[in-house]
Amino acid sequence: MQKEAKEFFNTRFHEQPVNGSALAGFRQQGLDMFNKLGIPAVKHEEWKYTRVNALFNNDLTYNLDASGISKAELDSFRLPQTANATSLVLVNGVYSPELSDIKHSVKDLLVLPLETAAAGEYGAIVKKHLGHSAAYHPDGIHALNTAFTHGGIFILGKSNRVITEPVYIYHITDSRSGFAFAQPRILAYAEQQCELQLVEYYGTIGNEGSFTNEVIEIVAEAASVLDYYKIQHEGPHANHVGTTHVRQLGKCLTNAVTISLSGGLIRNNLNMIMESERGESHMYGLYLLNGKTHVDNHTIVDNVQPNCFSNELYKGIMDEKSTGVFNGKIFVRQDAQKTNAYQSNKNILLGDASSVNTKPQLEIFADDVKCSHGCTIGRLDEEALFYLRTRGISEKNAQSLMLHAFAVDILENIKPQALKVFVDHIISERLDFNF
Amino acid sequence: MLKIKNLHAGIEGKKILNGINLEIKAGEVHAIMGPNGSGKSTLASVLAGRENFEVTGGSVELFDKDLLATSPEDRARAGMFLAFQYPVEIPGVSTTNFIKTAVNECRKYRGQEPLDAVAFLKMMKEKMKLVHIDQSLLSRSLNEGFSGGEKKRNEIFQMAMLEPKLAILDETDSGLDIDALRIVANGVNSYRNGENAFLVVTHYQRLLDYIVPDFVHVLYNGRIVKSGTKDLALELEEKGYDFIKNEVELTLNV
Repeated sequence: MQKEAKEFFNTRFHEQPVNGSALAGFRQQGLDMFNKLGIPAVKHEEWKYTRVNALFNNDLTYNLDASGISKAELDSFRLPQTANATSLVLVNGVYSPELSDIKHSVKDLLVLPLETAAAGEYGAIVKKHLGHSAAYHPDGIHALNTAFTHGGIFILGKSNRVITEPVYIYHITDSRSGFAFAQPRILAYAEQQCELQLVEYYGTIGNEGSFTNEVIEIVAEAASVLDYYKIQHEGPHANHVGTTHVRQLGKCLTNAVTISLSGGLIRNNLNMIMESERGESHMYGLYLLNGKTHVDNHTIVDNVQPNCFSNELYKGIMDEKSTGVFNGKIFVRQDAQKTNAYQSNKNILLGDASSVNTKPQLEIFADDVKCSHGCTIGRLDEEALFYLRTRGISEKNAQSLMLHAFAVDILENIKPQALKVFVDHIISERLDFNF
Repeated sequence: MLKIKNLHAGIEGKKILNGINLEIKAGEVHAIMGPNGSGKSTLASVLAGRENFEVTGGSVELFDKDLLATSPEDRARAGMFLAFQYPVEIPGVSTTNFIKTAVNECRKYRGQEPLDAVAFLKMMKEKMKLVHIDQSLLSRSLNEGFSGGEKKRNEIFQMAMLEPKLAILDETDSGLDIDALRIVANGVNSYRNGENAFLVVTHYQRLLDYIVPDFVHVLYNGRIVKSGTKDLALELEEKGYDFIKNEVELTLNV
């Protein structure tokens, strides 16, 4: 299988349209790495609980051109109350300017095809930041995305602009003509004192199943505020490996909220690289799983400079045969004195066949730091359930009240109101009626 | 209203109740007293439907219906209330939200329309006054970080909101200072209306100065060994439980 996949991608590599030669070298590096590292098997420590190699057993169709989906088909995925918001649409990983709709003023926000940005005025920025995440993910999956960097997007938040409306990024995978494989690549850059919100949302058309292998790299300059949301709500045949890599280049604030509601096999890598003194970052995650959904959240906080603060809270509820994985790495480099880094992962198992593997991993090379970590796995508190039932609340509703309470401290970190209502609605439906 | 006949129950194979007989009629206040380990809290738990207790014999009827075959929520909906000795803290669930769900589920069971927001708030304000409980407390997570007194007042507040026909107060006086005891007792007394009944479980006579019982029962080794009026409680306070124990042992030896 490994060999077949390698052949497949090597053949496809040379079929890529080379309209942006500025990225040719970058792609070639990716292919070389992919050929060297291969697709990670379970013996790879970072992929121990997530059998990503199984996805390559499928007959892959890999469209290098955006397939035709209509505006109406796209609309069925649109988040409610976002008609006036900017939407950037990628179909099978390729940016579609025709389907996208940029409502923001060019004074606030600039969106360019990544190839165009790399070849033009922003070439230096692209060259400097694109691919920074590779060092954190020495595996063939990440390299494969680099090798096929094609149809990506460059997003620039302008300096001194408070951009109140979020930018919605829709990843639509079209699997109508077979198992679809998509590799979106995004570079977002928030200039100094820019406030920028990014929302990533995923949808699949067709029943054949899909695999999205995404890399998004985000750079935040001094005094910027960056909010990032990733909402996963797909069918059981939609698989996903995604890396979100955030660099703080100046003292700034970055927040990330990852909500996984459904899907097939999901792996989310989230990296916060604290490269400037006094940076602050918050990471929240909620996974609400049933069926055979597998969600693996791997996070890295890399404290490079002193006096940074990071807080991380991930919560999961697993029912039926679903599985969760949490791996939280915190690096504190030698110079990063006075680091404050907190991490917590809490899990509730509802099903007898559901499971979770959770692991905090701290590597501290400085001596004056405060780091804490904790993880819990349990069932709902029986005494609390009984208490609620003695007040006339049915067992089902008592459970739903408690699960809602468990989830709420993640949900309240979703700042765009429309998005919060949308997510809260799905969760309420699941908890109240049909988990 | 409540008929307990020869009730035997235990936990993990250990027998705790060894044949309880008790009948409570509408409007009556019964007090159950007894030394530690006599089975007082077990009785309250079995009546409320706590699952880890096992009933091994006897019967309990509430309004002529088999109580033991009923789920805890249906017992509550039928008009029974248990004030917990140790109210549970539930982070993230506000008292307001929780009690609204509870009140409306009970109303639904009784075939009543759910209360709208206005009617619910009006009712809540009324009942809050009863136990001197503040709105800010009710907006917080249920019992989380509440003092002992606040937790017990919250129990009585919930009782008033749910309007049960039979309220079981399990050591509601434990952990209360004199002032809080008075507030809690006043809350209970103003809820008494001649139609509802109370089963008050307590260690001390002190609570019964405020909530005056019609009957006092002494529980010992899982049985009611003596019943009387409120004077029995005073006698216990004076002589301690030893006199009961001696009496029981004498009876057994005869």
